[in-house]
Amino acid sequence: MKIVTAVVKPFRLDDVKQALKDAGVTGMTVTEVRGFGRQGGHTETYRGAEYKIDFVPKVRVEIVTDDADADRVVDAIVAAAATGKIGDGKVWVTPVERLVRIRTGDEGTSAV
Amino acid sequence: MFNSGDTAWVLISAALVLFMTPGLAFFYGGMVRARHVLGMLMQNIFAMGIISVLWSAIGYSLAFGGNNSIIGDASHLFLSGLTDDGSIPTMAFVAFQMMFAVITPALITGATADRLRFGSYALFIAIWSVVVYAPVARWVWNADGWIYTMGSLDFAGGAAIHINAGVAALAVVMVIGPRKGHGVEPMPPHNLPFTVLGTGILWFGWIGFNAGSALAANGIAAQAVVNTHLAAAAGMLTWLLIERVKTGHATTLGAASGAVAGLVAVTPCAGFIGDASPLIIGAIAGALCYLSLGLKGRLKVDDSLDVIAVHLVGGLVGTVLLGFFADTSVNADGFDGMFFGGGGELLKDQIVAAVAVMAFSFTVTWLIAQAIQRTIGLRVSEGDELTGLDQSVHAESAYQA
Repeated sequence: MKIVTAVVKPFRLDDVKQALKDAGVTGMTVTEVRGFGRQGGHTETYRGAEYKIDFVPKVRVEIVTDDADADRVVDAIVAAAATGKIGDGKVWVTPVERLVRIRTGDEGTSAV
Repeated sequence: MFNSGDTAWVLISAALVLFMTPGLAFFYGGMVRARHVLGMLMQNIFAMGIISVLWSAIGYSLAFGGNNSIIGDASHLFLSGLTDDGSIPTMAFVAFQMMFAVITPALITGATADRLRFGSYALFIAIWSVVVYAPVARWVWNADGWIYTMGSLDFAGGAAIHINAGVAALAVVMVIGPRKGHGVEPMPPHNLPFTVLGTGILWFGWIGFNAGSALAANGIAAQAVVNTHLAAAAGMLTWLLIERVKTGHATTLGAASGAVAGLVAVTPCAGFIGDASPLIIGAIAGALCYLSLGLKGRLKVDDSLDVIAVHLVGGLVGTVLLGFFADTSVNADGFDGMFFGGGGELLKDQIVAAVAVMAFSFTVTWLIAQAIQRTIGLRVSEGDELTGLDQSVHAESAYQA
């Protein structure tokens, strides 16, 4: 099993969600996060004073998948989240050592 | 025999002015950082508690009792011994003035944001209300007060409220010093929708603040409603225009700030001017208040939410410009300013009033703040400031994680 983690632009979230549903993904966890990469931050102006805001709002999407599905999930996210402009985010895949469905106690692939 | 129309209007105006204090709480609360927002809201609504009690116990009597030109007496402690001699019950005037007394010290909280100990703040505004606000209200509004008898005009509190609170804010921040991290880390507003909401409440309440000061439901009150509204509108427009030219963006915070600047400046003028004067005064206030934002840097103080630029400068703009724009054809109880055939007499009186209020309020406020600072302390500890007033002072959180 793998966990696919993506950090994407907030306004791409609906498209990413739909693409994942279309790819057969049955669940995901979404978190509002802040951070910066090569895009850097931006400036905001309050009463004439400029503030450099380093941390840009992003959304983190996490999906647990079977090993075989991980690449397809990643590709779906990349296709749906891309705008071609700097700041589109990143997707990465991490191994999952153990997975349990809390309601039933099912373990492993049957718990995905 | 009371006039029921006058009485109804003043009572409604008291309610409108009361609503301004929670409005101010949200105006300021939106501008502070998220971990201090309850601290700010609390300091404002707390004024509705402590100042109301003090005003009824002693403040009203010190401001409006007896015949002395400097200070009242003990004749109306706990609102005793009131007599009626006008078209409204004196108790209606008490209620209306009480709401002024409440909001004035609350204005200071914008300058001292994010760093006052709650108990020390409570002690500060309690003393300030009795020792600074009550005498100044006496001078300006009581028929025996020296500024009033000198011939200076202050319809709804340009000097008594905005200059007074604005210069007091300067004195306190000079004593307590800047927020930790000021000038190093950005401290942007955490919830501008709150600030815009608060602006709407303030603007709405200001109708009662200014037009209620006619103390009658008459033509002067109607003129004051229109003047108040137009000055806010003009203040918003000039602030936004300058901001757009200088920074490239018209901002919601700018719209809110410009409107409040216009409202502050028209406050002393509201029932004494007409025609295009409120537009001119509001426009000048929007511009000058914006251009005064750098004053706090020159004075090397952390006036966190620009009380000096908006209330002190705005109050000065209105108080001084009234010396030019006052028009007895609008209000026969006033005087003519320089642009309406009155010569320089009123302008001189306006300047004397402004300087006197600034000197008195600054000096006494500085002494009060020093006294508290050197005894029980005015500021929270560094750790508490970093944690935020919400948790460290009030053991609450505004926003659940």
